[in-house]
Amino acid sequence: MGFARRLQNHPRLLAASYQANLWIAMKLKFAIRIFGPDRLARWLRAPEEFTKRQIFGCTMCGQCILHSTGMTCPMTCPKNLRNGPCGGVRANGNCEVEPEMRCIWVDAYDRSKMMTTYKDELHVLQPPVDRQLEGSSAWVNLMTGADRVSTAGWSDSPKVES
Amino acid sequence: MALPPPKSDGRLEKVLRAGLFAVTAELNPPDSADPHDVFDAALVLSQVCDAINATDASGAHCHMSSVAICALLTHAGYSPVMQVSCRDRNRIAIQGDVLGAAAMGVHSILCLTGDDVTAGDQPGAKRVFDLDSIQLLRTIRTMRDEGCYMSGRKITVPPRLFLGAASNPFAPPYDWRPDRMAKKIEAGADFFQSQYCFDVPRLETFMKRVRDLGLHEKAYFLVGVGPLRSERAAEFMRSKVPGVHIPDEVLERLRKTPKERKREEGKKICVEIIQQVREIEGVHGVHLMAYRQEELVAEIVEESGLMSRRRRTENTDPNSWIAGKRGSAHPNPQASRTPPVGND
Repeated sequence: MGFARRLQNHPRLLAASYQANLWIAMKLKFAIRIFGPDRLARWLRAPEEFTKRQIFGCTMCGQCILHSTGMTCPMTCPKNLRNGPCGGVRANGNCEVEPEMRCIWVDAYDRSKMMTTYKDELHVLQPPVDRQLEGSSAWVNLMTGADRVSTAGWSDSPKVES
Repeated sequence: MALPPPKSDGRLEKVLRAGLFAVTAELNPPDSADPHDVFDAALVLSQVCDAINATDASGAHCHMSSVAICALLTHAGYSPVMQVSCRDRNRIAIQGDVLGAAAMGVHSILCLTGDDVTAGDQPGAKRVFDLDSIQLLRTIRTMRDEGCYMSGRKITVPPRLFLGAASNPFAPPYDWRPDRMAKKIEAGADFFQSQYCFDVPRLETFMKRVRDLGLHEKAYFLVGVGPLRSERAAEFMRSKVPGVHIPDEVLERLRKTPKERKREEGKKICVEIIQQVREIEGVHGVHLMAYRQEELVAEIVEESGLMSRRRRTENTDPNSWIAGKRGSAHPNPQASRTPPVGND
């Protein structure tokens, strides 16, 4: 078992580091005002991509929901599902598309059970991915709030444009 | 319990709301441009079922599209269930198809993630998966209930649709599957059609949890069933069709049967499964998937005793429905609007 996988099997540790990250990001919000989101994204993108790719296999979707999915990246699912497993999971818990790979949602489910803080977020309905954010820094998007803007029709009582 | 107003004008919803045990069947889409291939297949199925499912390139194999099959079927007066898979189209295409389908007279839509392209004969195709099945359900629900696209732009006449979702109690993680059903209901699912059931004890475990969560009162659950042609067909499905679980006992039973009686035995297994799942509380119907064996569907429905459409609730005479004497004995006023059992 690789280092990354061993680390991922400690979702509580990762969730704690996520919380630390979140705290830092919120404290650094002023940096957006000083440097602007574009320049900040230029600086942060490379270190973010490096660390997240090593640990989670991150594909830089730009709207990270790791903490809601047992610290397992949903975009590593070959079908990019963000709301749970498809019906094709093999009896041994492996992926329908890649028979040698464990279904990331089986992992996510097991790991979320180990978690304390974000345990129930696995059942939260995740909105469709905003493909415009692909390739951008999720850390900066977290600070600007761009990753939490969902389309008008997604809210509970949408304002219908006439 | 007062029922909420119906979501659609379709027959499937009416049958389910009336408390009847529903039967749906999958139409094997033709690999031809002849509309009569669709009509011929539909004619066989429509005599015994409440709705015909038009599949959307299932198993990632290209066939006549579900939209086109629905166009033909609605034109001929049937009320099909249009299957929509997220594999081949993005959110713009799907929302357009949904509006078009409702305009043609489609009353039910089944929202699926879809088998991966690698399951089919063109594995080099680009997979789309712009939405997942839950986001798709939510999107169509917004179109129906809020009268707008996902962008918030207005739809002048919203589609009236009975929304379906798939459920696979036979794939891991088993104890998450009922919760996934809850999530799909939250996203807008009104009914479920499950993957092939060959393992009744596992379904029972699943349904127990479903009942504990109270989900059987929030949505209708149709169990997927189908006949196996031989143990070779079973082995093929086990290895090549994603998400199908066939226990060894079933395979063994087919293997022991002499060659000329295998088809009959496969049908018998299917009938037995139908009779068993019908007794499970919270099961509201069956969904027949007889791949390239449509002619068996009528026999299966007949032999499993579903033609008389016994009511799920105990207190009414099933024959009153066929005789048209409905109304008085019925606890549900909606039921009087239900058409008599017969063709669509």
